[in-house]
Amino acid sequence: MTHLVILPVLLPLVAGSLLLLAARFGDAARRAIGLVATLALLPLAVLLLDRVADGTHLVYALGDWAPPFGIVLVADRLAAVMLLLTAIVALASLVYAGAGDDTRGPQYHALFQFQLLGINGAFLTGDLFNLFVFFEVLLIASYALLLHGLGAQRVGAAMHVVVLNLIGSALFLFAVGTLYAVTGTLNLADLARVMPLLGPDVAPLARSGALLLLGVFALKAALLPLGFWLPRAYAAATGATAALFAVLTKVGVYAILRVYPLVFGPGAGEVANVAAAWVLPVALVTLAFGALGVLAARTLRMSAGWMVVYSVGTLLAAVGLFSEAGYAAAVYYTAHSTLASAALFLVSDLIARQRLVGGDRFEVVDAMPHGAVLGTLFFVTAVTIAGLPPLSGFIGKLFVLEAASAAPGAVVIWSVLLVAALVVIVAVARSGSALFWRTAPATTSAWPPALDRRAVGAIAGLLACVVGLVAWGGVATSYAWETARQLADPAGYVSAVLGADEGAHEQRRSLR
Amino acid sequence: MEALVAIAIGVLTGTGVFLLLRARTFPVLLGLTLLSYGVNLFLFVSGRLVVGSSPLTDQGLQAYPDPIPQALVLTAIVIGFGMTALLVVLALRAIRDTGGDHVDGGER
Repeated sequence: MTHLVILPVLLPLVAGSLLLLAARFGDAARRAIGLVATLALLPLAVLLLDRVADGTHLVYALGDWAPPFGIVLVADRLAAVMLLLTAIVALASLVYAGAGDDTRGPQYHALFQFQLLGINGAFLTGDLFNLFVFFEVLLIASYALLLHGLGAQRVGAAMHVVVLNLIGSALFLFAVGTLYAVTGTLNLADLARVMPLLGPDVAPLARSGALLLLGVFALKAALLPLGFWLPRAYAAATGATAALFAVLTKVGVYAILRVYPLVFGPGAGEVANVAAAWVLPVALVTLAFGALGVLAARTLRMSAGWMVVYSVGTLLAAVGLFSEAGYAAAVYYTAHSTLASAALFLVSDLIARQRLVGGDRFEVVDAMPHGAVLGTLFFVTAVTIAGLPPLSGFIGKLFVLEAASAAPGAVVIWSVLLVAALVVIVAVARSGSALFWRTAPATTSAWPPALDRRAVGAIAGLLACVVGLVAWGGVATSYAWETARQLADPAGYVSAVLGADEGAHEQRRSLR
Repeated sequence: MEALVAIAIGVLTGTGVFLLLRARTFPVLLGLTLLSYGVNLFLFVSGRLVVGSSPLTDQGLQAYPDPIPQALVLTAIVIGFGMTALLVVLALRAIRDTGGDHVDGGER
């Protein structure tokens, strides 16, 4: 058993606690601790990725309690790639926050680490209740980060987020309780093992538990009709926080991708493919609505918020195919959309900060200060996120379309995807020309603030990763395919976690 | 016994949902609290109700309560408590910042 698996959870925990204790240190010291801890996540994630790249599941039994009795952490290809994405986005976001966001309220760096603790834990856990706990950890940190710097608009948006997510938590517990009552276990691998054995008398209960759970994950992933809270909240958050939040919706998508193929997959007997009828249609509606939202937004940050909804829709349309090709497309698209959305939030925030008049509203005002730098950053981000060639958005979309072509109803999926993509391209082109090209005579003679190198560097780093997704596209797509193969075959996960130790389960089963 | 507990959970959840749909933060807060009571009770009985038995397993004991839901519900109570506390602070802050206790901010 290797302790490597728990390090991505322990490191932010230790760093966050240290930062709480270091409250009296100066800003520079806290910034340094936060940066070092976040930077250290990067090699950790790469190391994990390397260890699981051959298809092994690294299983870590906490306290050495054998599963299914104790809680396990499981690192496989999907978890490792999500950890790497989180580390990259977190680093960029923290560097960006170093440009001034982090001193607008107390304890920013500690909260940031606790947020990472929750996210990494949610990606690694192999236990449904533990997933709930990590969700709560990341949520409570995200509420505090959302409120960072305060302001009436932010408090109002946070109120909605907190209330909705508390309802989501209650539903999560109802779902967990139902599944536990039916199966007597909460370990994901054990759940996958027990599901096919359920008789028709308890199967409806298990099915309602599964669908309740899907509702909760849909709320976290901001699927419509549960996603209206997202754009306003993300637009209200500070730029660096919003960029990190680009990972948060992916946690919901990850949970769907983790739980449904594994526990309620085609081999689950009475409850097989319970989510199949729901995810795809809802995802398509989300996608269409997200595209309209982008078109209707009147500020760049609001349009970035809707862009997250749109990309989650695309992503879950791929997941909703519940096929190997769909999973592969989803993995690639997740990588692309996480990086691109984070970059878009940072760019929007930087533009809002640099533009002396008008902020990030689409209004005809003075020429954009530092137009060349900001324009280039915005242009590359826009090309990526709108899915234009040659950047990763195009490849991701192609991947999704190709996966959908084999599915029933491919015509509908293709039309929705393509029309929505066109709408988004129009919207992004309009925002770009409104912000950069259509200018009025100068109304202010004030000198614009100098561009912060850290802010530009953070955005450029994210965009470099996006370009990397294309330059090493072969590696990325083959990794996505291997991940999909691993997801489509839950038997590997189950035997890795539970091992050959069948006797223990039987003993426990007979005790109940 | 089962029916009684089921009705209690139903009433708690129903009242909670009703209060959640109010437009002021205080009833919403109460609603969330009631909802979490309902959830906790539900989680607690998901290990089945056992009457007249020792709280933990004993040699030769046929029926004993499942300890896992008890552990789960303890965790859920702690988390729910923390979240409610946060929401109270947030609601008070919202009244100060927006001048009203409407859930959408301000006085409507």
